[in-house]
Amino acid sequence: MKRDNIPEVENTAECGRGNRLIDAVSPQEKPVVRKKVKGQKFIKTQVTPVEPCDEKAMLEVQHLTKSFGELKVLDDISTKIYPGEKVSIIGPSGSGKSTFLRCLNVLEDPTDGYVFFDGKNLSNLKVDINVERRRMGMVFQQFNLFNNMNVLRNITLVPVYVGLKELAKTKRHNFFIKIANIFKKKQDKKPLIPIEKTKKSIKEEAEANAMRLLQRIGLSDKAKAYPSTLSGGQRQRIAIVRALAMNPEVMLFDEPTSALDPEMVGEVLSLIKELADEGMTMVIVTHEMGFAREVSTRVLFMADGKITEEGTPKELFGNPKTERLKDFFSKVL
Amino acid sequence: MSSFEIFWNRVSNPDTAMSILNGLKNTMIIAVFGLLLGFIIGCILASVLIMPSNNIVAKVLKRIADLYIAVFRGTPMMVQLLLMHFAVFATVRIEPVVEVSLIFGFNSGAYMAEIIRSGINAVDRGQMEAGRSLGMGYAATMIRVVLPQAIKNVVPTIGNEFISLLKETSIVSAIGLADLTMVFKSIATATYEYFIPYIALALIYFVLVLIVTLIIKLLERRFAKSEKR
Ligand SMILES: Nc1ncnc2c1ncn2[C@@H]1O[C@H](COP(=O)(O)OP(=O)(O)O)[C@@H](O)[C@H]1O
Ligand SMILES: [Mg+2]
Repeated sequence: MKRDNIPEVENTAECGRGNRLIDAVSPQEKPVVRKKVKGQKFIKTQVTPVEPCDEKAMLEVQHLTKSFGELKVLDDISTKIYPGEKVSIIGPSGSGKSTFLRCLNVLEDPTDGYVFFDGKNLSNLKVDINVERRRMGMVFQQFNLFNNMNVLRNITLVPVYVGLKELAKTKRHNFFIKIANIFKKKQDKKPLIPIEKTKKSIKEEAEANAMRLLQRIGLSDKAKAYPSTLSGGQRQRIAIVRALAMNPEVMLFDEPTSALDPEMVGEVLSLIKELADEGMTMVIVTHEMGFAREVSTRVLFMADGKITEEGTPKELFGNPKTERLKDFFSKVL
Repeated sequence: MSSFEIFWNRVSNPDTAMSILNGLKNTMIIAVFGLLLGFIIGCILASVLIMPSNNIVAKVLKRIADLYIAVFRGTPMMVQLLLMHFAVFATVRIEPVVEVSLIFGFNSGAYMAEIIRSGINAVDRGQMEAGRSLGMGYAATMIRVVLPQAIKNVVPTIGNEFISLLKETSIVSAIGLADLTMVFKSIATATYEYFIPYIALALIYFVLVLIVTLIIKLLERRFAKSEKR
């Protein structure tokens, strides 16, 4: 199964934050951008200045532009997504919906413009992108479960990894405090950071949480199964709970049902709907118009790299304004 | 006495039998440790080669890896052996078997790098993206998710590499290390009988390769099974 319109690139490595690194950007500051031009060294370029970001927005996109070589896929897109919103993105194939979504967690580096997550500029080098991505769940069209691990490991891998990493960090901290304490008088000695977790408890906690999530989707008997033995619908639901295991604040769905057989679309959509009802903030790229209409609080119609039209589902589906959208509806509805 | 009897008399002598076993041991040690070291070097080189080259360190590392591979693949194994033995390792005193294992490991690493790289490229890009999107770093995702799958992909190719490594160890007699070939060579020269000892030697290598092939087959089947439960 190949992703349909993304050309094969001979490199598994690039997952963003390679092409455009920003040294200094807080709002109002003039950005200094180091940009990599193919085959050349980094060059410093002047780009769109950063505007102060909206404190209340969970995700804010400022003048987002993305080109692949000559092809301009996203063209100066700006929008804000507030906590609790469910935003659907619809539009013809190749209009840049996936690219837009992938820019939101910087799996693709923007060519220009910025993405703010919870007030942090994700292009800023000082922002640890791994930490931020843990708070953004992403669900792919092709599920992308880890093929070399069983379902339980798929879900616990990153929570355990993060837990152990933090444990090691605390221990390292304590070690330095101890060393520093040697040279201090009794009353100045710094207290150690208390460690409540052990390696074992981290693992057990993650597993218990994973089992709880699996129970929720009715797949706890598949905990020890490998992804290749599961149906598409099961895989996608597991991919969703894998993202949920990180307790994300926002979920990004990229056509979660497009690779599924028709009879499995329902089970995945109903899980997403459950999440929506629980108040999860989400951005969903979808071709399921009925679903977009039912679940979302706002719909964005993308065409030719721009948000051509946006509004509540009622406005968009009931009364499309642009020819482009009318034309699109006539094809898909 | 027939030439076979001459050979048999010689071989049934406990001293010669011991030296044959010793030669077999040396050959296996060199091949196995060469493979292991080659595998480790190969993993490191392959990881460097596919690294995104967005900073100067990555670029320098890439150049080094490229150079390493070019040098070790661009010169004959025999020349590398002689050069390293008489120039690089001449002043260092280590066990000859260890030394030769290292040399074979260095050489094998260059080939392994290409094998593992192609294995990595065969892993779906989505695997890396999924790991990254969950907030794991590049290296962590590589080690936990991509490399295990890449290695599974290339088990047969690594098996072939091991077989050619095993056969190629026969050149170490050039620096006087008593491997299988060296031992049989000395039997042949001592008895002035060449045909039977060398046929026996060929047979031994052939059986070794057969055994290795079998092991690879079993490994492959196990790997295939581990995903279908
Ligand atoms: N990594 C890439 N390299 C080059 N072109 C790309 C890449 N990813 C996407 N594109 C191109 O960008 C355009 C938009 O792609 P995409 O965002 O996947 O559209 P959609 O998801 O709306 O169908 C397409 O023309 C596609 O070929
Ligand atoms: Mg798409």
